[in-house]
Amino acid sequence: MTTTDLPSPGDLPEIAVDPAAFRHLADAQVAVELDTGDMVLNIGPQHPATHGTLRLVVRLDGERVVSADPVIGYMHRGYEKLTEFRTYPQITTLINRIDWLSSFANEVPFIAAAEHLMGIEAPPRAQYLRTILTELSRIATFVLFLGEMGLQVGAITPAFYGFRDREYVLNLIEAVTGGRFHPNFNRIGGIKDDLPWGWISECKSVMQKVLASCDEFDDLVVGNPIFQKRTRSIGIIPQELGAAYGVSGSNLRASGVDWDLRRDGPDYLVYNDLDWKVWTHPDGDSFSRYWVRLQETRESARMVLQMLEQLPSGPLMAKVPRIIKVPEGEVFVNTENPLGEMGYYVISKGATGPFRTKIRSASFSNVSLLPWLLRGVYVPDIVTILASLYFILGDIDR
Amino acid sequence: MVETPTETPAEPPAEVPADPKTELREQAADALARLQAELGDAIVEHGAAYGDVVVRVDREAWRITAQVCKQKLDCDYLSFIAGIDWMPTPAVTEDGSGDTSTPAQPKEQTYGVAGSEGRYQLFAVVMSTRRKSWRVILKTDLPDDDLHVESWVPVYAGADWHEREAWEMYGFVFDGHPSLRHLYLPSEFEGHPLRKDYPLLAREVKPWPGLVDVEPMPGEAADDEAAPALDGGETA
Repeated sequence: MTTTDLPSPGDLPEIAVDPAAFRHLADAQVAVELDTGDMVLNIGPQHPATHGTLRLVVRLDGERVVSADPVIGYMHRGYEKLTEFRTYPQITTLINRIDWLSSFANEVPFIAAAEHLMGIEAPPRAQYLRTILTELSRIATFVLFLGEMGLQVGAITPAFYGFRDREYVLNLIEAVTGGRFHPNFNRIGGIKDDLPWGWISECKSVMQKVLASCDEFDDLVVGNPIFQKRTRSIGIIPQELGAAYGVSGSNLRASGVDWDLRRDGPDYLVYNDLDWKVWTHPDGDSFSRYWVRLQETRESARMVLQMLEQLPSGPLMAKVPRIIKVPEGEVFVNTENPLGEMGYYVISKGATGPFRTKIRSASFSNVSLLPWLLRGVYVPDIVTILASLYFILGDIDR
Repeated sequence: MVETPTETPAEPPAEVPADPKTELREQAADALARLQAELGDAIVEHGAAYGDVVVRVDREAWRITAQVCKQKLDCDYLSFIAGIDWMPTPAVTEDGSGDTSTPAQPKEQTYGVAGSEGRYQLFAVVMSTRRKSWRVILKTDLPDDDLHVESWVPVYAGADWHEREAWEMYGFVFDGHPSLRHLYLPSEFEGHPLRKDYPLLAREVKPWPGLVDVEPMPGEAADDEAAPALDGGETA
């Protein structure tokens, strides 16, 4: 195309300029000269630190945050409404997609709620397999965090290690369930299938790899002075405030609250059979959240190794009617998911689907603390605080 | 050996398996006793849901209940606040339009554990991070024509988002909430989607795609008239 093809300036329609439309610009220029007022900065909806589409409207005074307002709902899928239009077996497909990094762990409390209402209990081997797969998805979730957190403070290397180790664990989950992200493997009354041949020895070797790479993260990230400078005494969550906001899981344990639903909630799965420890850290800052998750990854790997040693044999399914009708009643089941407390309040009226399901997801409450937590921090610390809280948008928006 | 009619010791009554629906966990019974001592008449009804205690309180006492739970019952942790609409799920219309794949729910209006006076109810779960299995499920009724209730934000700061959600999904108004505005939905959204009379719009626009490949089950009406035998029907 030559320049001659372009319309000459005379051919273009004239654009009417309304001086009033530009007045605010002029005002802004004056304002800049007169005082350095607050600036509104939009972070997201697309930002690498937001794990999905979280938008933060941040008012800044210089480099400091005056106020922060998270805007959520970009990924709202209305699962609570949808559960009223589905049968129980169909709903597990939906809830796989709430916290998509640890889908298997999401299924467990919902299936447990339906089982409580029906008065059936999964056989011991199914309980063990559920626990193993739950802990594997916890490892997969945390290992990704351990790598990604490094990325948020500018260290590229840990991210590669994180993704590499997560792939080992996802391969294990895929070998059993057939799905890397959305296993949909739990059934009311048990579990769909047994372990494939040779899986146990494969799993043991992967757990050794995970333990070894945890040591690596310990050296590479935790021991790194730059990482410590960026995360120590930043984003401190006080115990009482965290609890009042419903912050749960590793985030609360990093504030020194010795509370883990696997141990302190009503009994579920086989955690009582295992010898394990709840890790806490007194500081409550971004660093301690990293540290606690690192320890919990190790603990989970050890738990899986223990369970593989004492795996009972037996059936995988209890006796369940062909068409699942859940008797009238209501029940609240909450479990310790990788991101915190995940609960389902299921109200049944005796039909094939629930009458009402309240989904209590961990990230929702964890993120609701942000307006308080971000007040007064510097802009670069927003990213490390967001990363250390570790939320999944699907888990906030549901 | 001659059988002598001796007094056989009366058999101990067979251990009746406790009904999980009505039995309270030890901690829950303790929590209920304390709540009753603190709140007295404000408790309308209480029940059990698989070990957990469900307490329905008067609407006027909703915030006091939160304060009692936090200060006297050691429940420092707010799990969630949400609404319930007890209206029966609207049935599929006669001409087959509407969503036929929805599980059929009972047509009469019934209420769950601890009952309800009307259609709308607010419920919440609070727990303790210092005690084992220590949690209380609280409910309160909101009359249809006055959906106001006191906000929990001054007691549990985390109630903020939960109440915003209940406000946009059910239309409950929380007095004393700092800013009731939309949380998930766009700010110009009208209606309260989680109410039972709010249709699932996606299904209204397009029927459930799974319906396309519904095959009649053996013995169903459709099986008799249609479906000629695969081999031509001669050898049947």
